[in-house]
Amino acid sequence: MSYSIFDLNRFDLGGFMKFRILAVTVLTLLSLWLSCQAQALNGKPYIHDPSTITLCDGKFYTFGTGGGGLISDDGWTWDGGAVRPGGGVAPDVIRIGDRYYMTYARGGGGMSGGHASNVYVMWTKTLDPKSPDFGFKDETLVASTDVVEDFDAIDSAFLLDPTDGRLWLSYGTYFGFIRLIELDPKTGKRMPNNKALNIAIDCEATAMMYRDGWYYLLGTHGTCCDGANSTYNIVVGRSKKVTGPYVDNVGIEMLKGGGKSVATASGRFVGLGHFGHMDLGDGVEKFSCHYEADLDRSGYSVLDIRPLLWKNGWPVGGDNFKQGTYEIQSERSGFALELAVDFVRMPRVGRGFFGGPPPAAPGVPGTPATNPPAANAPGANPPSAGGPGGAGMPPGFGNRAPAGPVTSIPIQDLSEVSKNWPAGNIDIRIGDFMMRPHQKWTITPVDSVGGYPGSPYFKITIAGTNRALAATADAEVIAVPVFTGSLEQLWRIDQLTDGTYRIMPKVVPGSKEQLVLTAVGGSTPTLAKFDPKSDKCRWNFRTP
Amino acid sequence: MNRKFYEGSIMNISSNIATLVFCVLVVLAYESSSAASGGAAESDTIRSIAPYFTPASSSPKAPDADGFLQRWMLLEPINKPNRTNTVFTDSYIRNAFDTLYFPSQFTGVPRDGQKVTVAGKELSWHAVESSNFNVKLFRFAYGLNKPIYGVLFWAVTVVNCPREMKNVRMAVGSNSASMWWLNGKEAVILSGDRRMVMDDCVSKRLTLNKGRNIIRGAIINGPGMSDFCVRFIDENGDPIKDLTVNLEAGN
Repeated sequence: MSYSIFDLNRFDLGGFMKFRILAVTVLTLLSLWLSCQAQALNGKPYIHDPSTITLCDGKFYTFGTGGGGLISDDGWTWDGGAVRPGGGVAPDVIRIGDRYYMTYARGGGGMSGGHASNVYVMWTKTLDPKSPDFGFKDETLVASTDVVEDFDAIDSAFLLDPTDGRLWLSYGTYFGFIRLIELDPKTGKRMPNNKALNIAIDCEATAMMYRDGWYYLLGTHGTCCDGANSTYNIVVGRSKKVTGPYVDNVGIEMLKGGGKSVATASGRFVGLGHFGHMDLGDGVEKFSCHYEADLDRSGYSVLDIRPLLWKNGWPVGGDNFKQGTYEIQSERSGFALELAVDFVRMPRVGRGFFGGPPPAAPGVPGTPATNPPAANAPGANPPSAGGPGGAGMPPGFGNRAPAGPVTSIPIQDLSEVSKNWPAGNIDIRIGDFMMRPHQKWTITPVDSVGGYPGSPYFKITIAGTNRALAATADAEVIAVPVFTGSLEQLWRIDQLTDGTYRIMPKVVPGSKEQLVLTAVGGSTPTLAKFDPKSDKCRWNFRTP
Repeated sequence: MNRKFYEGSIMNISSNIATLVFCVLVVLAYESSSAASGGAAESDTIRSIAPYFTPASSSPKAPDADGFLQRWMLLEPINKPNRTNTVFTDSYIRNAFDTLYFPSQFTGVPRDGQKVTVAGKELSWHAVESSNFNVKLFRFAYGLNKPIYGVLFWAVTVVNCPREMKNVRMAVGSNSASMWWLNGKEAVILSGDRRMVMDDCVSKRLTLNKGRNIIRGAIINGPGMSDFCVRFIDENGDPIKDLTVNLEAGN
């Protein structure tokens, strides 16, 4: 159930002051909520129908409807500048050998009232418009339609079959069928005597990919081109053959309208469409898409790059990392990344398993005066090897309902423990997560330091402090007293295909290697080469 | 709950009660038997560190198939009462292990049978080979009729390397807390109420010298089981096995 903030009677609030209080509260909560959302890409990522993002000479390129496209040095900050001749709609790009093949369409889609349309393919040696090698050649018609047939010849997308090297092109819209044709990978021209196959209905902006013996056909369902009211969303079906039939997770063929959901609107982003697969290697996969409307950018259509997860053989759209305060949990051990500082016990106020009040325990020779074993301290009741209960058992053995009122116990606060932490660098280790201050990490995007496909770099600090996780020159990790913004204090966080995360410093001082946070021991982190097959390199972010 | 003392989970309450009752009956029977015989319990007379340990031989010994070091010089336990293992913070164990209990504590390699005196008590070094990947200190102390709880153990071994090995790590598991040194330098510390798990805490990247390398460890325990395991691993986490251990070489 939701309430309008103007429906004050429901809250029994009388008077303008209460309205102001409510309004301020709502705005504050809204502000906090917004601050926890991942933002779409940085810069000017304005585009519609983006092509599959393609790396060329160290830069990322994508091209959109109407001509031109976007360029990025790091996959995070984007700007215009890419050049595509021909105008038209919905291009796609694939690199084969030393050529970048480009496909796009002119006409169709019901635009200007018509469906007559043509799909073209051309190629260039580079996507860099400033390069002397730049220039599209051999534009050729590979598919077309007129108003008589039940398909549009637009929204074309490549698939280079990794199993046999054959090149395929899907295209089409809601107006009839999605079709599949075969091209010559050496020329980009249509294979002689190739007959188009119908492989889906009720979608547009298709893309295809292959993984583990399955061919996947991704399409976009819903309504396009209506800004914040667009219902665009991405679906998928799969087949053992590239030619289909493509079937969804409940057995409905895409030729009958099937499609398993991959990604839908969320947060401030409305209308996801035009899937493009990005395999970044080492088990990191992402996908590009456009939002019909980014509500934080005046509702304009923008590019985004998001993690691609795999669940039971199906692609699932992940979310880019959201800032917040987290436990950083090792997938290896289930333990949490923490400062290597003395553990400080909370007062033993609970009755727990044994019940009964804290015992007036006798002093024990050799018991240190520091920290926990202050057995005679008020409220302290460390686990005991002996006590008034006799036979080594604590008092009140057995279950017993609380005698007094049941109260909420505050968790240990930073101010209770941080004053005893060393002022300088502190080692990092992995330990049982106990929701303690030395285990809670606030992860915040850092402005103006660049990023990587889909996200900015983050700083990782102990919550409530400026103590920052940093890589060292000997490829270990420490917490430095103050975040300075130096490169070894910036972290890349990529969600992996299983939903866990890879955490990587921007640089390791004195090293050119890309190393990632790794649980080299059950309780010991380090920096090491990423092993996609090992849980040592995988981490989870849990809300404490 | 102190898992070591109670050795069980909350789900095992009824089991624990049954165990408690059983133990009481055993103790009563034992006391009755002792009173009847008028001497030490029979079980005390047959205590042994076998089958957990055998005497160390003089021939070089390779690590086991997983790289664990099984040949050690162990000192009989030093009395160090602690009724709980939760006291073993980093500060506590650093202080406990920085304390000098006997001469040559941080230097040299002891001989089998060599004796030291700690707080007026004479303790012996034993050159042993563990039958398992881990070194069961509880069984070592129990088998020698020494204190089993509230104790501090010292362990020393000598690893011989055929060549210098860089970027290796000492990987340790211990019950409870422990601290380890390689050639006199601190290598790894295991604080808290720990369970022994292989590769639990791992040192930073180290260099093993060509020839002799002295490994020294101190393990502290309050109540419950006590043991440790040590091996060296390479950059990929794989065990380093082309080493030998020969305690005689340290004499």
